[in-house]
Amino acid sequence: MPSEYRLILKYADEPGYTPDIECYLRHGGYDALKKALALQPKDLPDGAKRSGPEQIRQEVMASGLRGRGGAGFSCGLKWSFVDRKSGKPIYLICNADESEPGTFKDRQIIHKDPHQLIEGMIISCFANDVHLAYIYIRGEMPDGARLLNRALQEARAKNFLGKDILGNGYDLEMHVHRGAGAYICGEETGLIESLEGKRPYPRIKPPYFPAVLGLWMCPTIVNNVETLCNVKHIVAMGGTEFAKLGTPNNTGTRIVSLSGHVKKPGCYEIEVGRATIGQLIFDANFGGGLRDGRKLKAVIPGGSSAKVFKAGEKFKIKDKEVDMLDLPYDFDSLIQAGSMSGSSAIIVMDDSTDIVGALANIAEFYAHESCGQCTPCREGSLWMSKALHRLTHGEGRAQDADYLVKIADNIPGGRTICAFGEACAWPVQSFVAKFKDEFVDKGAADEERRAKKSKGAGPGMEMKLAASQQH
Amino acid sequence: MSAAPTTETKPAPPAIEKIKVKVDGREIEVPRLTADWSGKLMPTTMIQACELAKTDVPHYCYHPKLPIAGNCRMCLVEFGTPALGPDRKPILNPDGTPKVVKSPRPAIACATPVSPGMEIYSNTPGVKQMREGVLEFLLINHPLDCPICDQAGECKLQEYSVDYGQSASRFVEPKVHKPKSVDLGPRIMLDDERCILCTRCIRFTKDIAGDDALGIINRGSFNTLTAYPGKAFDNNYTLNTVDICPVGALTSKDFRFQMRVWFLKETKSVCTSCATGCNILIGSREKKIYRYTPRENDAVNGPWMCDYGRLNYKWIGREDRLTKVQSPKSKVQGQPASWSSALTEIAELLKKTPAGSVAIIASARQTNEELWLISKLKAKLGAISDSVSRMGEGDKLLVSADKNPNTNGAQLTGIAANLMGANLPKIVEGIRNGKIKTLIVFGEDVTRHGMGADLLGKLETLIVSDILPNATTKLAHYLLPGCAHAEKRGTFTNTKGRVQKFMKAVEPPGDARPEWEFLHDLVCNVTGQDGFLTIEGLFNEMANAVSALNGLTWAGIGDAGVTVKI
Repeated sequence: MPSEYRLILKYADEPGYTPDIECYLRHGGYDALKKALALQPKDLPDGAKRSGPEQIRQEVMASGLRGRGGAGFSCGLKWSFVDRKSGKPIYLICNADESEPGTFKDRQIIHKDPHQLIEGMIISCFANDVHLAYIYIRGEMPDGARLLNRALQEARAKNFLGKDILGNGYDLEMHVHRGAGAYICGEETGLIESLEGKRPYPRIKPPYFPAVLGLWMCPTIVNNVETLCNVKHIVAMGGTEFAKLGTPNNTGTRIVSLSGHVKKPGCYEIEVGRATIGQLIFDANFGGGLRDGRKLKAVIPGGSSAKVFKAGEKFKIKDKEVDMLDLPYDFDSLIQAGSMSGSSAIIVMDDSTDIVGALANIAEFYAHESCGQCTPCREGSLWMSKALHRLTHGEGRAQDADYLVKIADNIPGGRTICAFGEACAWPVQSFVAKFKDEFVDKGAADEERRAKKSKGAGPGMEMKLAASQQH
Repeated sequence: MSAAPTTETKPAPPAIEKIKVKVDGREIEVPRLTADWSGKLMPTTMIQACELAKTDVPHYCYHPKLPIAGNCRMCLVEFGTPALGPDRKPILNPDGTPKVVKSPRPAIACATPVSPGMEIYSNTPGVKQMREGVLEFLLINHPLDCPICDQAGECKLQEYSVDYGQSASRFVEPKVHKPKSVDLGPRIMLDDERCILCTRCIRFTKDIAGDDALGIINRGSFNTLTAYPGKAFDNNYTLNTVDICPVGALTSKDFRFQMRVWFLKETKSVCTSCATGCNILIGSREKKIYRYTPRENDAVNGPWMCDYGRLNYKWIGREDRLTKVQSPKSKVQGQPASWSSALTEIAELLKKTPAGSVAIIASARQTNEELWLISKLKAKLGAISDSVSRMGEGDKLLVSADKNPNTNGAQLTGIAANLMGANLPKIVEGIRNGKIKTLIVFGEDVTRHGMGADLLGKLETLIVSDILPNATTKLAHYLLPGCAHAEKRGTFTNTKGRVQKFMKAVEPPGDARPEWEFLHDLVCNVTGQDGFLTIEGLFNEMANAVSALNGLTWAGIGDAGVTVKI
């Protein structure tokens, strides 16, 4: 039976482990930073020299670390895109705007082990010649912001931050910036706009790739909290050693936020791909199964924007038929199964779930959080939400299932500026495709009830538009 | 026809490398770099390439003279790029042509740069479907109140609905409601429900007018355009946002509910409110002018004009316009004089004047042709002449400190003194000491320039031509009603020496006649030399006679004008 592999949350839940620097130092804290700063230039066979920062970047590339924020993009590759010849400063931003429904992993790190994040960030900054870094934390985490600010103070006092860090000649300053409560600030270019003091409208790419034209139009790296923590461990153990964790191309560990109808919801850190979705839900080491007497209905595998899996769904992966529950929880398998591991948040729904209501809830979230910059997402997200609100408030139509999909189909696939278009359309597309009967039945029942009331005057007669949602 | 002389001797732009791209299967060469909204050379975008290929790409938020926003998503196109092998060399088709692989995702044509060998597909079923999708989204919460909307007839939602719209809506939800009739500023009304949030107005006022006055509040479909709370949207360029608003969200308080745009005749003209000479279109119906809108001319005003100039047209239709010719005899009889009798009498009078006894005060609001005809009179009569300078405040964008539209014309024709107005005291002195007995005034109220009623009373003859009544016209022995620029044709020379022509939009009221017409008659009567009776011939004759204008022709200066050495 697979069990947790705690790398990042190694000490976090130990009794007596506190978020202050003394406790962190007692547990080997900032050793990886010392190691990183002490790296000597290495001679290459071709006579060139590889500096310490270059060696760290090399290790991160070798580790195969993939971004933990949602897209799963190679961290080493992202760093390699940074324009280092522009003559402009390079900024690093930690994306702590964790707001995807179902996700609560970064919060654990920030609340329980903030210095691990800061150490990971200092190393990442050193590796990328960054002298000013920001932690953009969502507005709804005031405690996290307070903890981080205290941790930064402590780190400054010990000269892990500031001028001439540990006598190495490297300067770095770091600030915490609190968001004001918008999901879109988690989109990296929206985050950058917000940090610049503007509306968090995601930027168009091209030309505004953060690696070239990021914060203040300077090259910028935006990494997730968990990703940056991993950098510390890559430096500590070496990229090749790190790559042995997990499975090929899906290296390291991931903190899975397990929520919904399981007995033991919570954060579970696993080696990527070393546990299946079924194991995460049912094994005693993890979710401990569904509530008694319940049957599994659906699973959202990667935060609320990921496409839903239906219980019993089968996928063809490498010519083998695999049940949804037997999918290894990693980046690639879930993509092959048509969904994604996203922010590694598994939302479990048992047979007590009203699937139409669940989708209405998700759609309302995305309608509320769409920044409204570009047309398809701005108009489509609210349209879908209104239609679902109608459907969950007795004003549905049998045709609403098709109606919803037709709306959703006009949003994703590069039609929008950022991935929010996908995030709001995928749930609708997948829920309706996989549970179409429930949508049609609900709408048909509403029509029938209205027809009875109107004594045959037609089902549409009594449809109250006013029942739809108004924000 | 030889090329017109011009001072536009800008250094030749550096040669820009050309690249080959295909638009809907047609190969064209486009420059690798193209000037962006601010004039900076940037990689050529798909929409610019499509424009060069004469392929229309529908768009709302894109405007060639504004920073790119990329938010409307109407210009999404599909595209392909040459496939590269592992050796980074192009993979070839069996026939030797490079293999082009279609991108799985579309791109916005307004912001995506072209690359060599790129193929842009703008008319595929996929692109059509995307445009239909975007248009449907834009319309679901739109009030569809075209019958009462001022934009109707020049609305991009209407236009693209013809191409990509549905005949019936499938939207059954309640629409989002937003503020209506928002008083954004002294000249602008906003209907937030019509707004499609393209942000053109926000970008214009921030990046062009330099007044970061507008913004968006709220989120998602509830996004609402607004001015900063408690502040009015009030700078001298606000009405340009009405022009660039692709829908009926921003309307001009001056023009709204006045006239359906399809009834308006559009006449190419030039603004006369300052020496910049912004190119305009006059929107008129029958005898009435309803609006001015800027006419794009990158050498002068780009696509913009100031609010002051735009709204400075109402005097043309004033009730008290001078409409009757007046002579001393008719004044006594209380009857209007006829043009022919008045002009004949004036000519007889002038012919008898001794040299040096006539002064001419012309206006730098008159056209080049008129001023040139006056200069002929001046030469014949040995008259002293000048015009009146109007200096005010300018700005960095368009407004010139010189409020005369044709100061340079008055200088080039030798009517104005080198320092405009320097001769006025001499004329005052001449009248006072009795040397000057005849004064001819065009379009100026000389009582406000040191020549009071008592002084003018010393004159034997005061000949005045003007458009509106004033203290000078009241004292005139001969009064000749003239025309506003909108009622005649002619040219002005702007502050940079650009000679620009304007056309006639409306008929002059009553007996008013274009000055150049009656000046032609007068010059003929006085000098005995006939001239051209058409504005084309007159202009060409003037261009031959005035050295700075040599080589210009009426046809040759085109609609955009030509810059001459001043």
